[in-house]
Amino acid sequence: MTDATGSGMAAPASARPKTSLMAETTLARRRNAAEVRFKAYGIAAIVLSLATLGFMLITILSDGVTAFFQAKLNFPMELTAETLDPKGNRNRDEMVKITTLGYNKVLAAAFQKELTAKGIAVDGQSAKDVADMISKDAAGKLRALVLANPDIVGTTIDATVLATGRIDGYLKGRVTMETAQRDSNVTPEQLQLADQLKDAGLLKSVFNWDFITLPDASDQRPEAAGLGVAILGSAYMMLIVLITCVPVGVAASIYLEEFAPKNFWTDAIEVNISNLAAVPSIVFGILGLAIFINFAGLPNSSSIVGALVLTLMTLPTIIIATRASIRAVPPSIRDAALGIGASKMQMVFHHVLPLAMPGILTGTILGLASALGETAPLLLIGMVAFVDNYPSAPIAGFLEPATALPVQVFGWAQRSDPSFIERSSGAIIVLLIFLVVMNVLAIILRRRFERRW
Amino acid sequence: MSVLLLLVIVAVLAMAGFVLCRQRVLASVQGDPKSLHSLPVYYGWHGAIMVLVPALAALALWLMIQPFIIENRIVGMLPPSMVADGSSTTLVMSDVRRVAGGLDAAVAGGVMSEEDASLIRTEFTNVRDRLASVGVALGSDVSREVLAAAQEYRVMIAWGAMARTILVVLIAVAGLIYAVMISNKDFRARNRVEQAILGLLIAASSIAILTTVGIVYSMLTETFNFFALYPYQDFFFSLTWSPNFRGDSELGLWPLIWGTMYITLVSMIVSVPIGLYAAIYLAEYASKPVRSWVKPLIEVIAGIPTVVFGLFALVTVGPLLRDYFAEPLGLGNSGSSVMTAGIVIGILNIPFISSLSDDIINSVPQSLRDGSLALGATKSETIRQVVLPAALPGIVGACLMAASRAIGETMIVVMGAGAAAKLSLNPFEAMTTMTVKIVGQLTGDSDFASPETLVAFALGMTLFVITLALNIVALLVVRKYREQYD
Repeated sequence: MTDATGSGMAAPASARPKTSLMAETTLARRRNAAEVRFKAYGIAAIVLSLATLGFMLITILSDGVTAFFQAKLNFPMELTAETLDPKGNRNRDEMVKITTLGYNKVLAAAFQKELTAKGIAVDGQSAKDVADMISKDAAGKLRALVLANPDIVGTTIDATVLATGRIDGYLKGRVTMETAQRDSNVTPEQLQLADQLKDAGLLKSVFNWDFITLPDASDQRPEAAGLGVAILGSAYMMLIVLITCVPVGVAASIYLEEFAPKNFWTDAIEVNISNLAAVPSIVFGILGLAIFINFAGLPNSSSIVGALVLTLMTLPTIIIATRASIRAVPPSIRDAALGIGASKMQMVFHHVLPLAMPGILTGTILGLASALGETAPLLLIGMVAFVDNYPSAPIAGFLEPATALPVQVFGWAQRSDPSFIERSSGAIIVLLIFLVVMNVLAIILRRRFERRW
Repeated sequence: MSVLLLLVIVAVLAMAGFVLCRQRVLASVQGDPKSLHSLPVYYGWHGAIMVLVPALAALALWLMIQPFIIENRIVGMLPPSMVADGSSTTLVMSDVRRVAGGLDAAVAGGVMSEEDASLIRTEFTNVRDRLASVGVALGSDVSREVLAAAQEYRVMIAWGAMARTILVVLIAVAGLIYAVMISNKDFRARNRVEQAILGLLIAASSIAILTTVGIVYSMLTETFNFFALYPYQDFFFSLTWSPNFRGDSELGLWPLIWGTMYITLVSMIVSVPIGLYAAIYLAEYASKPVRSWVKPLIEVIAGIPTVVFGLFALVTVGPLLRDYFAEPLGLGNSGSSVMTAGIVIGILNIPFISSLSDDIINSVPQSLRDGSLALGATKSETIRQVVLPAALPGIVGACLMAASRAIGETMIVVMGAGAAAKLSLNPFEAMTTMTVKIVGQLTGDSDFASPETLVAFALGMTLFVITLALNIVALLVVRKYREQYD
């Protein structure tokens, strides 16, 4: 044995040129370079993916943060009684007959008067051009205000109205003099006037709560579109998902972890759960359309249908998380409970479940967070429809048309007016804030209550 | 009586059951719970369960069966010419329901008395105008048969509601009486209650199976409807996709499969190398603090909703690729393209591949690495020639799962890939996928009797089968690999 080894060692040693062990041979240099390269690829992959993530978030944040600010015109406005209440008896039923056209005239006249008083004018600009700087949304709002309180007719109020989306875009740098020349919705003169208005303090960009509270608006009024209905719809859906998904998911996990005998039915359940976790989300949308809408007759684009679809999608996530945390409870706890005479059901509900609760809670929050961002199945059940009135309070509101935050993002991205891209990114910011809050909550819960046995 | 009110009554009876049973059993032992078989609260729960379960089961069964019986009776009343085939039956039934609803509204609005509503005849009154006056718009004049059927329908609904209430309340009371009678100190209430809970647990876990059955059933029936209207040979073997809502569409599957596969391929070319190298670095090279920071950061990508990636594709990636690659190279001028969608899906899949591969690389036994390093291999040689081959089946499984996610991805392709069904090799051209067309054919006003709508279900079925097959293969591969080292 030793001889063989010795002779084996001797042969290559004589063939190799004599060099110091400290000197790097060509082969060693090549191998070391390969080592460095390999490691660099790994670092590059990580840097690349994180940079892409950062780039994506930064583009969306910078596009969207301006949606929270909105250009508004502020001027004193006389609510002329001749136009708004021709009969002069402040009778609401008669005043209803005045359409937004009449209010448009009042707005335009008041705006023009203020411009003349302040001495602001741009050569070659028609009166219509000046009036067109006020959002089409303003007349409707003013009408609602007057009809709610007819007595203000004839007085002069301090009005703050939205400027059009193009003027707003000009203040935010999205619209420039060059683009205005090619744009039929805005003229360069209007932009010059906007500059003067800004200097005079009539036109200001202010924080826009309406973006979070108001419902969606039509294609021509991007400046008035808000997320109110979408946030409410998402909240309704999360509520129903919470109510339906958690009991069912926890019950299923308890059965599978603690009671299920090893038989065909149990195997079938296991296989189904792991498959459902991998089914594309759009398939759940088809299921919702066929079963909940066409078969069960639930109303189209209502939050209950959306929530039921999301429940079925979230169920595997919650079951997997719950089972993991039930499994993490050590068997000694179970043995101790059974040993002092608890029944199996008492052992589970009095001891195992409370100890598994933090894990279940964390899994639930993460499941809800993924359900909150889901879009595709909601498109199929009609939630992309234009909804501009709020659903009523629960439970009746669950059956009324609503929309959801991610669907609103998609809906706005599909509109032709570029102002809606800003709105869409702004909606993503709101969505991401909700997601970050939920994830941070899950992390805090895990840190606070996690128990290592 | 409405269902909601009925539920309230049942709930009240259940509470009564809880209290009565508990009191009765405590009274039977003169307030000394030690001589009872179970804790007093179990007797209470037994009472509540005996009220709730049979009554709610009866109610659910009634609500499911009643519409079928009523529809059968109504269809039997109508002349055979009006209900010649399935679709005209549906139309007539919806007419009947609308007229009946109109009569209900008229009665509720005080325009008609209950007697008027059941006696009104088309010969004497114009029903359409009468109903229009209470805000119920009817498309056409009401025929004599439909009005008679609607009146009969109202009678049957009213009768059904009454019978339902009586039946459910009777069953609930019977359950209550039974539970109260049976409650004595030797009765094994706890065992009964635990059995009922176990039943609930089993039912909850069976929902997973029900969901799968629902998915398969709903898609299969509609797919068969589709193939009844459109020849399956054309669907599976035609190379053109040009739906036309006036009829005469060509609905060939292959352009969509090609678009899907092309986009998936691009996404895999992006995600596999990046994900794999990231996983290798994290598993083999990274120090503990680096790992504990970088791994969650990469997983942040997985937590971002896909619609955000969709907007990123639409607003940023698409124009970028168009301005810097497609137009200078003369390959096209479209922002939405296979490249746009593929690259963004690839980014979405990086964390998926990296965390699965990371787990798999970590589960390769350390002894293999030690052996290789002891032979003088460098770290990268060890990884390339020992660790990766050992982990290969698992990594292949992870890649297959990522591919199945890319195939099923919807929002990114809807916003970034375009809508034109084409068989082209140019990656900068807009192409479309199965998921895009499912969304396209099913959103908006859809008519569930036309092949243009129903084709979405056939596409959904195809998608379901492909992703399911990929996932099963991936699971088998991963499981086989796990067994090797466990």
